[in-house]
Formats: sequence, structure tokens, C-alpha cells
Amino acid sequence: MNLEEYAAKQNVLAPAGVPIPNGTVCRSAEEASVAVAKIGPSVIKAQVPIGKRGKSGGIKMADTPADGAAIASEILGMTIGGSRVERVLVEERCAIERELYAAVLVDVTSRSPLVLFSTEGGMDIEEVADKKPDAIRRHVVDVARGFGVSDAAVLLGDLDLGPAADAVADVLVKLYRVFCEKDAELLEVNPLALLRGGKVVALDCKFVLDDASTARQPELVKVASAPKMTSLEERGAAHGLRFIQLDGNVGVLANGAGLTMTTMDVIDHFGGRPANFLEIGGEAYTKAEVALDLVLSNPGVKSLVVNFCGAFARTDVMADGVVRAWETLKPKVPAFFTIHGTGADEAVKLVRERLGIEPYDLMEDAVKAAVEAAQ
Amino acid sequence: MIYRRGQKVLVQGITGKQGSFWAEKMLECGTDVVAGVNPKRAGDSHLGIPIFRSAVEASREQRCDISVIFIPPTMARDAVIDAIDAGVGTIVVLTEHIPSHDVLEIFARARTSHSRIVGPNTAGIVTPGEGFIGIMPGHNPNIFMPGNVGVISRSGSLGTLMCLNLTRAGLGQSAFIGIGGDPIIGTTTRDALETLDRDERTKAVVLVGEIGGAMEEEAAEYARTMKKPVVSFIAGRSSPPDKKMGHAGAIVTGGRGGYASKRAALEAAGVRVADTPSEIAEFLSQAHVG
Repeated sequence: MNLEEYAAKQNVLAPAGVPIPNGTVCRSAEEASVAVAKIGPSVIKAQVPIGKRGKSGGIKMADTPADGAAIASEILGMTIGGSRVERVLVEERCAIERELYAAVLVDVTSRSPLVLFSTEGGMDIEEVADKKPDAIRRHVVDVARGFGVSDAAVLLGDLDLGPAADAVADVLVKLYRVFCEKDAELLEVNPLALLRGGKVVALDCKFVLDDASTARQPELVKVASAPKMTSLEERGAAHGLRFIQLDGNVGVLANGAGLTMTTMDVIDHFGGRPANFLEIGGEAYTKAEVALDLVLSNPGVKSLVVNFCGAFARTDVMADGVVRAWETLKPKVPAFFTIHGTGADEAVKLVRERLGIEPYDLMEDAVKAAVEAAQ
Repeated sequence: MIYRRGQKVLVQGITGKQGSFWAEKMLECGTDVVAGVNPKRAGDSHLGIPIFRSAVEASREQRCDISVIFIPPTMARDAVIDAIDAGVGTIVVLTEHIPSHDVLEIFARARTSHSRIVGPNTAGIVTPGEGFIGIMPGHNPNIFMPGNVGVISRSGSLGTLMCLNLTRAGLGQSAFIGIGGDPIIGTTTRDALETLDRDERTKAVVLVGEIGGAMEEEAAEYARTMKKPVVSFIAGRSSPPDKKMGHAGAIVTGGRGGYASKRAALEAAGVRVADTPSEIAEFLSQAHVG
């Protein structure tokens, strides 16, 4: 789950004591005009969960309230990174001397938190990592020890930050602490600006909340941007099913993430296009009925592959759900089954007797038939 | 991470619905389950197995070589750390959706111990003819059969299909190692590959990967040095970027973790990569395995 810039600043950085510019969130040109009148020369920034705002024209300067209104009405309603801009952040314009980069993230390789720092702030950090890998300093944190001022001092070493060095170290320590407290996957400040006069301010902020930690961060969930979903995807989510709608013609009903992806790949291999990802493995395997309804409600679907391979999930339970749903929904699209593993004998019998459909022995054959039927 | 009959197994969460169901299946299959944990029922027994307050207490009474974690996500960290403190050698963590920061704590603790973590979010490990640990149909002879092909898989369902295909082709398995679908796991594809390379019974390896991360690329570096044939299937070629494909680890972001890079790395290391699952058995026959 991502937080937009303003939400990350207000709910993560400010409570942690990381300095942020004076600013106001505005939803209309009038509000932006009032904000600029109060703040003075400002930067007006589109608020969206992802996307390159600068390059898309989503960040502009306003000197007067009239500018503020004009720019806000221009930015509000734009589409950036697939999202419609509904809010802008009006912030005081800072006299930037240097742009730095700071981040803390969950690092897969070291299985530890990783603190990153660079004096090449303001740019896309992946570009910096490509072109000047030495410009990024890294500190793998031992979570038992934490990350303190002395660790920050070592990380900043001989970087010549002048009198601001202590303030930067302080920000790094606070970022690490709040990264842990708020269950972040990623907390990134880019740029972390060094201002004329030696002040250090977080000009932008990216915060990604760990999806598995939402239950213990209810306050952040409230301010997080809702994941973009189609209405079918929302219906799936309401039933605890992870359904991803695609624009293909062959519907997929399989158990387990690995088998579902594979079914999609085999559809693609035989020249078809998968119409969805839908996982009904794990605890969700009894929800076959809801799942079938979802898959068949996708307008592009011309045929259906049902691929069950029971390990943890019992194929007879899943098949029973599908058969019941089939009898209720009476779908017109042809379905091609392949069923193996735990409970397969009962499952195959159910499908054969109740639906009059003979399951295929080989998954590839079932998929091939479904692809042909969809064309 | 290869189960051997005689290794003593502790089941944390043995009285829960899934823990109980699968403990029974493990016992049926010959797995030596010797103890269970449930702090509220210490002193009782379940399925004839004694229950202890903690893994630490269980290990005082009974040697525990392997522990398997059937504990919900919010309590999984404490259970795994209990098993580490008990000095259990291999801890198989089945739990999915453990908060990331809990996972980091688990690995910080494991690093200074002798415990190996398999998972989280693994379906378990199987040694056909000897036993299994986890939620795999290790007891089903249509799926698993003793033999000499080692199988590594991030996914339980796809791993099951692969083993079933091998068994039907007459190719038995020396070991199945489920490493888990999470991005941060204790036993990587490469770790499992090295173990199967050292295992005398294993004559060939099937590496079942997925999009996301760089584990297949790292395993390819090791495969290059191996004499045993390695064949592979990588799931997720047709998956769109920036979407988590069920497994938290199966996501392609910013061009990283994609199918093409994994396939290229494996092929450069001499590993044949199949387009569909059923090709795997053919590849092995062509490599004169079986």
C-alpha cells in the first residue's frame, strides 16, 4: 500500500520529527489561491500514488494567489501514472543549496533493513545506481542493534556535508526508527534538501506500507491511497480473493499462485490470451463458487480452463464448489477441466457426472482445447 | 533440508485444524512426529503425541531435529524464535503473510544461531518413501514415488504438478524442497540446489522457479559448476508487470525479476528451460535420467 506524498509527510515524517516544509493540501483552485496567499511563493504538486510527476507537468511554481489558482486548476484533473489528480500539495518554496537522497527499505538479499544515502539526490536513484554506483552509501542494519547516531556518522563519513552533517545524521536515525514503527517496506526521502542557512528538510517522501502489516497500522491504512481496482477486482477483494482482470479471452480457475501463473503461461504458449489471474489456493480453496462467478463475469471470456492440483487444497472440495456454481449460473462458455492430486478421483467423478464434462488428463491438452474454443 | 526417516519432528500448532490434519498425514507417511506445542494444553497429548508449553520445553524432554510452524501470521515470529531458542536445526515455516518486520527479526535471530529456516510461505519438504514435513500430499503414491530426481519449487501447487508428472513418467524423486513464495526466505533456490548437488541419491534436479527476485539467476551461477543435469520451468512469463501474482515474491517491478533474465541466465548455465510443465520429463529422459 502506498501513501501519497502529503500523507507520508503528515503521518510518517512529521510525527517522527523529520523537518518538512510548511504546506497545505488543496482540492480546488480557490483553496490553492488561499494557501499561496498564506504561504507566499510556493510549489504546487500533484498528489498521486505513483508516477513521474515532474515530467508529467504535475509540479509547478506559483508566486501569487492568482498563479496558485491557475496552476491548481491546470493540475487538478490531470492523469498521472494512471491516477486522476484529486489533490495538490501547496508548499513553501525552499532555497535549496544541495539535494541529498535518503531511504530505508526491507532488503531481500541481506534479509535486513538497509539504509541508503547519497549526495546525488533529486534524481531517479536507479539511474544513479546505474551510472555512479559509488555515489550510493549503504548500511545493512542488524535489527537487534538498531541504527543510531554513530552508525549514521560512519555512513556519512567524509562526505563533506559541513555544519549540516549532524542534522542529516539525525534525520537518518529518525527515518530508521519510523520505518520500523510504521511497518514500512520502503521509506524514501528524495530529495532531502540542504537549505541555505544549514537547515535540512524532506522535500518529497515515498512510503510503502507492508501489505502483511495493515492490521497493525490502521491509522496509515486510512490515509493510504486505495489500490486501483476494476469493479470485478473489488468484488473479489470483498470475498478475500485476489483476482486480477486481464484483457484476454480464456478464463482461468486454478489453485495456488504457481499453478495459476503456469496455466496463464500455457494459454499464452498455445496462442491464447489469459483473461485473469485468480488464486483460490491456501485458505481460499472453499470459495470456488464465488471464484467461478468472478471469472465468468469478465466480459472477454470465451472459454474457461479449470486446473486443480491438490496439495494443501482438496480438489473434491473445489470441484464441488465449481459444480454447484455451474448449476446455478448455467454459463454458456465451454469449460475444460484438468484435475490432479488430493481428492482428484472424487473431483473428476463429480465433474463427469454432474456437468457431463470429461476432464483432460494432461493440463496442456485442456489448455489447448480451451484456446481453440475461444478463437 | 532433505528429510530423513528417524529425524525427530516437532509440530508447533499441532492442535489447530490444519496442524492436526497434517500432523496425522505426516505420521501416516512415516514422519517421526515426536512432540507438539500449544501453551494452553501443555501436559496433554494429541494424536498420541505429547504437547509442550514451548519448543524450548519440548526440546528439554525430547530431541527435536526439525520443527514445522502451523501458527497464524501475527504469532509466527514468536513461534519461530522459540524454535531457534530451542536449538532446532531446521525450522519449516508454512505461514503466509507474516509481517515483513517480523520476518526481519526472525532472520536477525537465526543468523546468530545454528538453525536453518525453510520458508516462510513454503508448502514443505518431502522425501518419498521416508516422510514429509508440511502441507504437501507426501502420502499420495500417485504424486510422489521414491527415485533419483530432486525437485525445488517456490510454489506448492506447481511443485505438486511437477512431481505428479515425473511419477507418471516413471521418474521417482529423491527429495522435494519447497522453498516458499515470499520475497525473503531462509533457504534460497541456490541453497536447495547445492544441497541436492551434494546428495548422493539425487542424479538430476528440476528447478521450478517464478518471476520476481533474482534467486533463479543466482542458482544459475551454481548450476554452471554442476555435473548433474538441471532442467527448469519458470512460471509467470505471461504475467503483467507491477502486479503481485499471488505470491508476494512473484512480482516484476522496474524491469527486475522478469522471465527473460531468468531464462537467459539458466540457459547460459546449460540448464534447459521448458515452455510447458510436461516437457520436463522429456528433457530428463533425453538427458538419460531415469
